[in-house]
Amino acid sequence: MTAITDALVIMKRQLLQLVRVPEVLIFSTIQPVMFVLLFRYVFGGSISSGQPGGYVQLLMPGIFVQTVAFTLAGTAVGLAADMQKGLIDRFRSLPISRGAVVFGRTLGDAALNVVVLGVMGFAGFVVGWRPSSGFVHIVFGFLFLLVFGFAMSWIGVIIGLSVREERVAQNLVFISVFPLTFLSNAFAPTTGMPKALQYFAEWNPVSTMVAACRELFGLKNEFGATAGSFPSSHPLVMSLIYMVLIMAVFMPISIRKYIKAANK
Amino acid sequence: MKSVIAENLVKTYNKGSVRALDGLSLEVEEGTVLGVLGPNGAGKTTTVRILATLLNPDSGHASVGGIDVLKSPSEVRKIIGLSGQYAAVDETLTGWDNLVMFGRLYHLNANAAKARAEELLEQFSLSESGKRPIRTYSGGMRRRLDLAASLIVKPKVLFLDEPTTGLDPRGRQEMWGVIDELVKGGVTILLTTQYLEEADQLADEIAVIDHGKVIARGTSDQLKLQVGGERLEIIVENQHLNATNEIVARISGSATSIDEGMRQVSAPVTTGSKALIEAARALDEAGIHPLDIGLKRPSLDDVFLSLTGHVAEEKKEEEPTDPREKRRRIKEAKKGAKK
Ligand SMILES: Nc1ncnc2c1ncn2[C@@H]1O[C@H](COP(=O)(O)OP(=O)(O)OP(=O)(O)O)[C@@H](O)[C@H]1O
Ligand SMILES: [Mg+2]
Repeated sequence: MTAITDALVIMKRQLLQLVRVPEVLIFSTIQPVMFVLLFRYVFGGSISSGQPGGYVQLLMPGIFVQTVAFTLAGTAVGLAADMQKGLIDRFRSLPISRGAVVFGRTLGDAALNVVVLGVMGFAGFVVGWRPSSGFVHIVFGFLFLLVFGFAMSWIGVIIGLSVREERVAQNLVFISVFPLTFLSNAFAPTTGMPKALQYFAEWNPVSTMVAACRELFGLKNEFGATAGSFPSSHPLVMSLIYMVLIMAVFMPISIRKYIKAANK
Repeated sequence: MKSVIAENLVKTYNKGSVRALDGLSLEVEEGTVLGVLGPNGAGKTTTVRILATLLNPDSGHASVGGIDVLKSPSEVRKIIGLSGQYAAVDETLTGWDNLVMFGRLYHLNANAAKARAEELLEQFSLSESGKRPIRTYSGGMRRRLDLAASLIVKPKVLFLDEPTTGLDPRGRQEMWGVIDELVKGGVTILLTTQYLEEADQLADEIAVIDHGKVIARGTSDQLKLQVGGERLEIIVENQHLNATNEIVARISGSATSIDEGMRQVSAPVTTGSKALIEAARALDEAGIHPLDIGLKRPSLDDVFLSLTGHVAEEKKEEEPTDPREKRRRIKEAKKGAKK
């Protein structure tokens, strides 16, 4: 019981930071919104989508997934900063439950995602995004995205606690997650890629997530269903497997890492 | 009763290449202040971190408030407060936010946490800046807030790692005042410092550590006595060196030393400023005008010089390999220091 309240206190701290320094929230929403506009108007004309309503219908799930995948950046950088400033040491000297700090952080990042996704959805709507699957499916789609972001967050925990240095965390995340989001069906069909990359893109969790979200928002997935492989024909199931897998692996490692964090 | 006991702590870093603690033992009597005095890299922070459950030693035992630090760290955390070497608070939040958050993490309910935050801000003269982000605080304010955060639930044992390093004289005075108050309230404190003066001011007992070992312990008077007390130092023109030496020898009554390069005559004195006045008068009568004249109190440098110099010799000759033998010798060394 106290484990939950402890985690909520830590989460609240993060939300309070957003109130005290609103710039953080503004910048974490400006970037994805900028992406929506750029892709919508720069590539929108040249990529044929075969969808009623045009490229923006396919684009939005892609950008949603890319954005929540980057949750791990926020988690990693935030924890690395806390490590650097000795705040983690202080938390570890308090009589709180052992998972509270990392759970609080990942929950806080998930809460931030609620806001970011809301703003992006609104921006998408303004530029013509019209999900057609009905209320329940749409809510489901967003929940799906939140859980994916939460799962990714746990990878960020490990990065943040390992590198102990804000800027290193930032760069590490950037060079690893960016390629992952582009080697996927998020922005363009995978059919144009070399065979090996196509294979990779098809199994890439980002692709299965994007395909699953397209389904949940009421679209046929036109990008990337090539060989009829398992992930491309069952994106929802595959994405769920990935999420469970990521959490099952990274949660225990992360909590362990936290307990031992400064014990070097 | 002993509130803190550390027994033969060993901690190495980088796969054994850095020996941060090398058989460190110390004790703090309940309700007293132990000053752990040591230069950079002596192992002060490492000791504090082990006692505060943040770090596991390679070997050795420790207990705080009668609870084993290694076996029941979560029990220990309930009775300790820690203020680390660098203020560890959330910089983006206000002082008030921080204290409320830590209060909640000590499982106070929302109202109690707020009331306690208010109280502590008041107590540490931070009421006015309580609503400002820590980012905008001075070093001294930050330090005070950090200390406040470790006092939310009145701890039985408080660890303060270099509580005044980086503070200006006024900030230091303020911090000393705060710590004095805590002591009156009956808290047991282990504080580390690089300043003999600070240990002198605050601690009931001092443990001098170097290279991860306690090399001496006792009250500050005992330690100073060991180093040799005050010295009278006079600098004069070259031609007056001999005459000055005679005067100093007469006043001091013990062996003088002459440094011709520095043109300085010095000798230990026991009568303090009285000796200084006598010397000044005698020099004046002899028509000698000193370039500089003063009493030098033993500094931390002197304490270290005399203590470490001593230990280093011993170590080179016969370093016992048996840890029990080692511990026995450390105990002996401690007894020696107490005499
Ligand atoms: N994480 C670490 N990795 C490697 N060596 C370390 C680590 N932490 C401390 N050390 C080494 O252990 C020794 C003791 O360090 P410690 O921080 O305990 O000293 P200290 O007395 O607190 O010094 P200071 O006055 O500078 O704070 C030093 O030689 C230091 O370099
Ligand atoms: Mg230190």
